Amino acid sequence: MAELSLVEAVNDALHTELARDGSVLVLGEDVGRAGGVFRATAGLQQRFGRDRCVDTPLAEAGFLGAAVGLCMAGWRPVCEMQYDAFSYPCLDQLITHVGRYRWRTRGRMDFPITIRMPYGGGVRAPELHEDSPEAYYVHTPGIKVAVPATPADAKGLLSAAIRDPDPVVVFEPKLHYRAPRGEVPAGEHVVPLGRGRVARVGDDVTLLAYGAMVAVCERAAEAADASCEVVDIRSLRPLDEEAILGSVAKTGRVVIVHEAPRTAGFGAELAALVAEKAMLDLRAPVVRVTGYDVPFPHWQIEDAYLPSVERVLAAVDRVAAY
Amino acid sequence: MAQVLPALDGDSVPEGLDEHDLLELYRRMVLLRVFDERAVVYHRQGRIGTYALFWNHEAIQVGASYALRDSDWIFPSYRESAIGLVRGLPPATVLQWWRGHPSGWWSPAEWNLGSICVPIATHVPHAAGLAWGKKLHGEDVVAMVFFGDGATSEGAFHEGVNLAAVMEAPLVLVCNNNQWAISTLIEAVHYRATPHATADNPRLYIDLERVEQERERECLGRFERYLRRLRVVDDDVVERTRRAAEDAMRAAIAAAEAEPRPDPELVFRHAYADPPPNLRDG
Repeated sequence: MAELSLVEAVNDALHTELARDGSVLVLGEDVGRAGGVFRATAGLQQRFGRDRCVDTPLAEAGFLGAAVGLCMAGWRPVCEMQYDAFSYPCLDQLITHVGRYRWRTRGRMDFPITIRMPYGGGVRAPELHEDSPEAYYVHTPGIKVAVPATPADAKGLLSAAIRDPDPVVVFEPKLHYRAPRGEVPAGEHVVPLGRGRVARVGDDVTLLAYGAMVAVCERAAEAADASCEVVDIRSLRPLDEEAILGSVAKTGRVVIVHEAPRTAGFGAELAALVAEKAMLDLRAPVVRVTGYDVPFPHWQIEDAYLPSVERVLAAVDRVAAY
Repeated sequence: MAQVLPALDGDSVPEGLDEHDLLELYRRMVLLRVFDERAVVYHRQGRIGTYALFWNHEAIQVGASYALRDSDWIFPSYRESAIGLVRGLPPATVLQWWRGHPSGWWSPAEWNLGSICVPIATHVPHAAGLAWGKKLHGEDVVAMVFFGDGATSEGAFHEGVNLAAVMEAPLVLVCNNNQWAISTLIEAVHYRATPHATADNPRLYIDLERVEQERERECLGRFERYLRRLRVVDDDVVERTRRAAEDAMRAAIAAAEAEPRPDPELVFRHAYADPPPNLRDG
């Protein structure tokens, strides 16, 4: 066990997986010689060489498309998108090819691509450095999506993603890249996709969250009068429906929290799931606390946009009083 | 290939090709020509869906791919939908693609042939990545990607080319400059004298006289006249080659239509190697 920050845990996962499997190849902008703008890929090029940790041209669509070809040539590419919103140019390749190619071949070829990127707000950055784009990815057929909240899960989910035969996108909450530190198992550490985690046990209200919002929910749970259970979703697809519905069956009251804009965000998917499969367990409407349907704001007012402890507590009060 | 065009107007065999090569090039061009002609007929008969013609593109497709070994990869656009025939891909498979049947999607690994690429230019990075990836493994493999003149306006084309250049990947880019990106005129090497696809009505944008001129210079006719001058082919060879291609197409459409309709279950299969549990919710 070691005490690592989230981004150190990501680095640990990459070192471990590149050492374990000679077909894993990291690529992206500034990942090689510079070790990544967040140091997520530090030491990889020095240890494994320029052909295993590759500095690509500034071309997200180009290198994600190249990753498709690399898979055909027998490689297991791990693409870094430098920031959440910088991934948008790659969405064409993701939707038109990455999510479809295996299906085109009727299962005869695998495309084990991993895409990882820092995401989310609260870091006082210029526009298009703090987005939460997970909905575009999880809505794309053929794609899996994971969002760690802790350093241990950052290592575990990324390792699972790299080993997965399907394309997996991992969203790393950059707000927590350097703090808090957490215990991270040494050596190979895999957290299978499709499993949520109960971050805090409670009886009265279920708080569903992922990424940086898990900590916000934990702080709200501490301050709330109601006894709140915090479920860290961890894997948006495949989704751990059992963990979610199990918690709802216990509490009957649900608050969903995410940074991304409200309309058609992943919270809408969770709300629909709960409404369809846990209707008779519910004792209150399902409430979402989300970013607003506006572009992510100028950072001086980003705190007014991001779900805060106060907004979560207001939602908890609303469902508890119903 | 620039070497061959002038030779077609003369009587000499280009360096590096012998009579066997010329006959094989001819056979492949006839095969593609007959495929294309029959596909248009099947479309009109309602037996295949909307179809992208490649009439008079056969020389480019056959000529460029002739330089490849079986281990080299081809990345086709929809204009080269039948290029796999030169490698023995069954014509029935390509017909099935145009019939919307799942068995039209061959496995690229089986033929070293990428899937037909519909979104313009987006396969150029795939080809760049394959060539780069093979080089990294120390394998002597070239990737050849076909695209049209219109594709050179897309970002993906430039990103793929640049990446291949940066990685020094063995990528051959074949720009089929037929002067049309559906209906936008671009500068040229040959001239698409047929519609973009069966759903297209070129009378809205073409010069009919120019089309007629180009039809007289079409590549298969020129090649045949050249081979006749060299006495590599005669009426007998021409007729036998044509008949073999027609027999192959007859068998192909029969095989395609004999295949059972796809099982609707296929909707849920193959999207994932390891599918999430809720895939059937809907």
